[in-house]
Amino acid sequence: MTGPAAKLPAGAPAEAPQWTSLAPVTMEASARGDRIYHTVITAFAISIPLLLLLIAISIGLAAWPALSQSGLSFITTSEWDVARGRFGVAPAIYGTIVSSAIALVLATPLAIGVSIFLSEIAPSWLRQPVGFLVDLLAAIPSVVYGLWGIFVLIPLLRDPIAPFLKDTLGLGNTPFFSGQNYGYSMLAAGVILAIMILPFISAVTREVLLAVPRSQREAALALGATRWEMIRDAVLPYARSGIIGGIILGLGRALGETMAVTMLIGNRPEISASLFAPGYTMASLIANEFTEATNDLHLSALMAVGAVLFTITLIVNALARWLVWRVTKGRV
Amino acid sequence: MRCWPLAVAALAAIACSPDESGSRQNAAGAGSGSVALTGAGATFPYPLYSKWFADYANATGVRINYQSIGSGGGIRQFSEGTVDFGASDSPMKDEEIAKAKGPVLHIPTVLGALAITYNLPELKAPVKLTGEALASIFLGKITRWNDPQLSALNGGVALPSRDILVVHRSDGSGTTFVFTDYLTTVSSAWSAGPGRGKEVPWPVGLGGKGNEGVAGQVKQTPGSIGYVELAYAKQNNLPFASIRNAAGQFVLPSPAGMTAAAAAVAGNLPENTDYRISIVNAPGASSYPISSFTWILAYEQQQDSVKGRKLVDFLRWALTEGEKQAAALDYAPLPAAMVTRLQQRLNSIRIAGST
Repeated sequence: MTGPAAKLPAGAPAEAPQWTSLAPVTMEASARGDRIYHTVITAFAISIPLLLLLIAISIGLAAWPALSQSGLSFITTSEWDVARGRFGVAPAIYGTIVSSAIALVLATPLAIGVSIFLSEIAPSWLRQPVGFLVDLLAAIPSVVYGLWGIFVLIPLLRDPIAPFLKDTLGLGNTPFFSGQNYGYSMLAAGVILAIMILPFISAVTREVLLAVPRSQREAALALGATRWEMIRDAVLPYARSGIIGGIILGLGRALGETMAVTMLIGNRPEISASLFAPGYTMASLIANEFTEATNDLHLSALMAVGAVLFTITLIVNALARWLVWRVTKGRV
Repeated sequence: MRCWPLAVAALAAIACSPDESGSRQNAAGAGSGSVALTGAGATFPYPLYSKWFADYANATGVRINYQSIGSGGGIRQFSEGTVDFGASDSPMKDEEIAKAKGPVLHIPTVLGALAITYNLPELKAPVKLTGEALASIFLGKITRWNDPQLSALNGGVALPSRDILVVHRSDGSGTTFVFTDYLTTVSSAWSAGPGRGKEVPWPVGLGGKGNEGVAGQVKQTPGSIGYVELAYAKQNNLPFASIRNAAGQFVLPSPAGMTAAAAAVAGNLPENTDYRISIVNAPGASSYPISSFTWILAYEQQQDSVKGRKLVDFLRWALTEGEKQAAALDYAPLPAAMVTRLQQRLNSIRIAGST
């Protein structure tokens, strides 16, 4: 039972004529096929920007009543009072950006470290399982992260970690770690986000590091570099733009993450320098209030929050692209 | 492979079997002659409603599909006419009714109450609170448990010297509406400040999403205080405070206390009431002050004669047979006198094509 012979009845003559007419038929068919392929692929390509545009337009239209009523105060004031029709989302904008920034600060070195270990240092038998486990972090649903945060992270933060930061390290005198800590805080949200975006950054970084040509490494080693010098001077600079791409991907996820953050941030619309203080994010605000919003202005205000989140995400991504462009331009 | 014909035959047998019970018809999706009503709204009464709908389908073959998407979503879908009835924990406002497709009937179904839950490990007996004290705590004016005001209320019991951490709902919720409705009723400072609503600008505290979010934060944080639905507090063994009612008695939340509050208010209702009534801080020695109705919303003019008749039949069943199941699931049944009046009120539903 081996090979194609087994599938065809012995002595079937059917195949022979096709061979003779193969070339002309296929030429014609392929010209038509090319056109169809071209059209379909173009339609796919156009549909994505079109979709983005449609989303932007529909959110913009829905948000307009609230935005036109509140004007600039929508993003500059802090009062969110549905009954009195006052909508100010400054605390949520602040919370979104700060929690994502904490996440990046914590996750980036960790993710890059894991990736370097996996691509450069780890013995090959360890590479697969550890890489798989790190990737698995991305497969955990956000609400499970939230639950884990409530039952494990919050008690940890409240008891050993917060007193350690405040008293042992003496950071309690700085505005960033002052005040009462109940666990539910900007810091909790930032830490959970860091864990959630870590696999995204590390997966991209690992692939990029593995793609660095062997010659690059060998050249460095041949010049007498130690292994660390080789990684630092030959591998990382080569992979720089790819790594930044991974960080942007992580940032995008952190900005929009909703469920886990809502469960841990304390949902208090207030701007406080202290990371121990509760905060609020735009995604949480929408998730919290949308189901019970019945009056038109309230719905419109929530749409406007969505529009602001959308815009901020676009701006952050554009900035990051620009950063990549700046970084790669300087390179050979 | 050999199993296929068998499986197909089995499926066909199930689908075609002339089964009388309504629930089986659902499963097969045949639905010949069986009318499905659709509803959407409040999550709070959902455990009870889903039992009602299952029992009602078994008894009569009428299927009712209910999406527990929250009171606000229920009101939206009901106003747009995408569902046959709505359900809400707070009555529709006048401007919401104005946007609906015709006059709306509010039919109270059962009663719920809020428990004030707290975390004071030192304490054995329930904390005693008044409405004014609660308002002061949630306004951030009372910040410690050993505040003289609280000690005076709990005469004899030494409250621990802990900071109070207020926990409230972060999501828009009928539960928050009932709680702030109560605070607005009993405290002029609250009424001038945050006021009543499904979401209000809280002066202090942390926000938790859902009953479980509030309960989780209270459970974890000594010194905290929050409000959750009584059924939730009971099923999770949370401690709750006894609250001073309008008659000056301290009462713990209970189905009897809710029904008493409803009876006290319902006794004085005018004949033509629309049942959009609040029963917080109700008179009566045994009334629990933070109680509320939950409502089913129906149009007075039913355009679809078949569905309209089925809906009225179901509502009558709910007010009689349904009420009996309430207490077992920690809801309180309506007072008997009110059920009688509501049955009469259902006569005012006009069904297209009938006189």
